[in-house]
Amino acid sequence: MNDLAWIDGAITGARPQAVAALLRYFRDLDTAEEAFQEAALRALKTWPRNGPPRDPAAWLILVGRNAALDGVRKTSRQVELPPDDLISDLDDAEAPLVERLDGAHYRDDVLRLLFICCHPDLPATQQIALALRIVSGLTVPQIARAFLIGEDAAEQRITRAKAGIARADVPFEAPGPVERAERLGVVMAMVYLIFNEGYSAGAAERNALCDEAIRFARLLLRLFPGEPEILGLAALMLLQHSRLPARFDGQGELVPLDDQARGLWDGELAAEGLALLEKAMRHNRPGPYQVQAAIAATHARAGRAEDTDWAGIDALYAALERMQPSPVVTLNRAVATAKVKGPEAGIEMIAPLEGRLSGYFYYFGVRGGFLRQLGRAAEARVAFDRAIALAGTPAEAARIRRHLDALAREGGGRIQT
Amino acid sequence: MLYAILCYHDEQYAWSWTKDEEAAVMGGLAKVRETLNREGKLGPSLRLMPTTTATTLSKTKDIVLDGPFAETKEQLLGVYVIDVENLEAALEVARRLAKANPGGSYELRPIALYNPDLRDPAPGATLGPS
Repeated sequence: MNDLAWIDGAITGARPQAVAALLRYFRDLDTAEEAFQEAALRALKTWPRNGPPRDPAAWLILVGRNAALDGVRKTSRQVELPPDDLISDLDDAEAPLVERLDGAHYRDDVLRLLFICCHPDLPATQQIALALRIVSGLTVPQIARAFLIGEDAAEQRITRAKAGIARADVPFEAPGPVERAERLGVVMAMVYLIFNEGYSAGAAERNALCDEAIRFARLLLRLFPGEPEILGLAALMLLQHSRLPARFDGQGELVPLDDQARGLWDGELAAEGLALLEKAMRHNRPGPYQVQAAIAATHARAGRAEDTDWAGIDALYAALERMQPSPVVTLNRAVATAKVKGPEAGIEMIAPLEGRLSGYFYYFGVRGGFLRQLGRAAEARVAFDRAIALAGTPAEAARIRRHLDALAREGGGRIQT
Repeated sequence: MLYAILCYHDEQYAWSWTKDEEAAVMGGLAKVRETLNREGKLGPSLRLMPTTTATTLSKTKDIVLDGPFAETKEQLLGVYVIDVENLEAALEVARRLAKANPGGSYELRPIALYNPDLRDPAPGATLGPS
């Protein structure tokens, strides 16, 4: 790994803390971002010559703050100040700053920065674009690729988001425990949203979003190491992401979990996910992310699809239903219930959901699957047709068409389950 | 003489490598390991999971904390590699060790990658008074 790659990596790694601290100084997102950009430029000039600083984040904060203040002074008094690369040794100034960065202060800085990005006035797509731009430091073209939109559209999304939060009023005092917990909940939801943006899409470019979401979760974990739901969220994303190498076939079509070649799953990511989940569960404070991670872990532990502990998954979905009642959760539970008790039990469980899920692709896919297993071919065909009409991506539609083809081959007869 | 080489780096950086970067670094290290194995100079080596997976047992008060060992006034004195079912079992082993040697802390960290000792005779055979 060469010097420039290291510097690039160090700047990216330090970005969330640095921008967050600069935001606290300047209380203005644009100023903080410009200050950081300026510091990063100077780092690219200075670090190859003087070697990397002991604490890259502290260096970037100090230089960024000075650069922005210089800018203000220069425009107001036209006094020349010595350039930063002449005062290269910042060690003395670094020490007290590092001290100040420790602990709660710095933790609340980063949390505030993330929280500002997920302001409730902003639509989810703008929240995500803003977080990726400001916190991760992705470029506009990178963001455009991740969302499969044009660069102009991506630029516009970020500009609108910034205008939106400029009107918002997020206090800069350290939050109390209740408010901190609330902020954390909102931020975790956004992180999982970023992950799902990448995960639910078929295109490989979007996997970058999953990696970014996992980076966010690791960042949050370093700030709140004993928070079971953050451990759960990180575990959930690592376990889901570990299946990536097996999730798409050669044609780029989604392979259902049961049919995936489990040998392709990324064992290292899964092991990290399992380790984090174990830590979370020691706290005996279950929450929705931990339960979902436990479901993903049950899949990860099954060497073959037929080894899956469906009764365990059924029980976990039942717990999730109690914590977060939603028709989609019940629908997922019905799939597990049907594996344990048969398709009849599944049909019965999802029957009351039809009204609320009448526009949901997955509902009709699941219902069609149950009906097909029961040999009710004509009804299955109706359900599959509805599913195709509601499919959001060509891959989804293709999956259902395979069921219809199988139905045609079976000639409507009862099939083995 | 046996030496331990302790690896330090910024984990935010090392864990944000892309798959290609990771493969390049790991490939380079594997080559060095191969040569060292042939020279009979390499014992076991391992890569730890990130500090976010760490759990710390404070030995005197038997307090289990999430996260890595963070004090700077104590020094790293030794390492055990243990093979157990889960974190609970690892903590049980740590507590047994703590009873025999109280004070200080044990940080428990899952191992991401373990390269066993390929030397013959067994590891440690070269230790001892010379």
